Amino acid sequence: MSEEREPVTRIVTPVRVAYTYTPGIASERFLRGCKEGKLLGGICDACGRVYIPSRGACPRCAAPTSKFQELSDQGTIITFCIVRVPAENIAVDLPYCTASILLDGADISFTGLIQGCPFEDVRIGMRVQAIWKPESEWDYSVGNIEHFHPLDEPDIPFKDLKGYS
Amino acid sequence: MRDVAVIAYAQTPYVRTERVRNEVEMLMPIIDEVVKKAGIPRQEIGFTCSGSTDYLAGQSFSFVMAVDAVGAWPPIMESHVEMDGAWALYEAWIKIQCGEVDSALIFSFGRSSMGETAETMTLQTDPYTMAPLGPDAISMAALQARCGLDAGLFSERDMAEVAARNRRNALTNPEAQLAGEFDVEALLAAPYRVSPLRDHDCPPVTDGAAAMVIAAADVARDVSDKPVWIRGIDHRLDSHQLGSRDLTKSPSTRLAGERAGVSPGKIDIAELHAPFSHQEIILKNALGLDDDVRINPSGGALAANPIMSAGLARIGEASRQISGGAASRAVAHATSGPCLQQNLVCVLEG
Repeated sequence: MSEEREPVTRIVTPVRVAYTYTPGIASERFLRGCKEGKLLGGICDACGRVYIPSRGACPRCAAPTSKFQELSDQGTIITFCIVRVPAENIAVDLPYCTASILLDGADISFTGLIQGCPFEDVRIGMRVQAIWKPESEWDYSVGNIEHFHPLDEPDIPFKDLKGYS
Repeated sequence: MRDVAVIAYAQTPYVRTERVRNEVEMLMPIIDEVVKKAGIPRQEIGFTCSGSTDYLAGQSFSFVMAVDAVGAWPPIMESHVEMDGAWALYEAWIKIQCGEVDSALIFSFGRSSMGETAETMTLQTDPYTMAPLGPDAISMAALQARCGLDAGLFSERDMAEVAARNRRNALTNPEAQLAGEFDVEALLAAPYRVSPLRDHDCPPVTDGAAAMVIAAADVARDVSDKPVWIRGIDHRLDSHQLGSRDLTKSPSTRLAGERAGVSPGKIDIAELHAPFSHQEIILKNALGLDDDVRINPSGGALAANPIMSAGLARIGEASRQISGGAASRAVAHATSGPCLQQNLVCVLEG
């Protein structure tokens, strides 16, 4: 090589794609519920399972979830993880605990942050309750729930949580 | 080779903007319809394959969510192509040829209205040498049309006649989006959109979905009175670099047509996936279709261009023409990529 050159490591491509996304019947119903501080689950027309949030279909039956039901903001942790690595677009201070929470009356888990106890106390089967932002800040968003807080209730036995995800 | 037939097809009405339903909600009714029409219990369909792209609506993993519309419990054998549903059909056909399964459900969907489709298509060009120039889908098609005009292969009037015929044909297609009688003189009097293309030369922006069930001969004869046989199917591609292609020709279509067995034999109808008017002329030449072949009785992609479904829809529409008795042998074609870069040709018989 007669000439040493710096490798090209970066180019800028000035293409921008913008979207105006509409969420669909079921998701819109869910988001409108959030705005009012309600957690609405979609009920499968065929098997009666309750999904939250529902995209409009029961993935088992491929049937619509055309009816809705307000769910409790209390639930049970079915799995969790302590996050110690940073990620883009996540505004939560490290480390934090994120959990899959089976809300009472639901057949599928809902994701939330767990706060209000040491990480080492978080466990599968633990009962938790949503802590909402002040009503004046409610938007069409699951972000209305600030986090979930432990409830002073006995744990749900593992065998009763089997089969949920 | 195993004989494989299309035994059912369904599609949504094609609309400019599907504002109310999401992709799953659009798909559920047509998947339900196509499975019922096929007469095979959902759990007995061996394979499911879909075609879609996350770029259309800016929804990551939208194809995974779409599986909700199929009913994936107990677990199903499932696959996805980031291509038009016609290529999902190809994968399913291969799966049947391999003897792994005897039947398959194919579906595809897209809501182009959520984004700026023409600009989104820039992202399928080479990211280093082409995309930074920002060519959108209409500008790239305009370059191709200009090449064809300069080479004397067709005129702007020929292009307007293609558009007028497709949209007239669409009058008999209840699911088409853009149908009507258009006067060629009036069309030619309109200003250019991107020279030499006028509005009528360009496809509408369309939201929609399509679904199909295919089966190997034993199953097809068992469940269907009028299976539509896939006699040949092949897909080929041209260079990704527009600059290295002769845009006035479509060698990949010609080759795919030869391999699929378009000739010899009389072709009654052809459903050609030509989103831009001049592309129909290029495709007709590449496939060597006679002037008596009826092209796009459905109205084609100029009447409704549900991106990711418009190719599968050509095969579905051709199969409907055959099962309805309007044709006995048909060619269906699907395209993907800028300026007819990738092409699939399918020969169907009653």
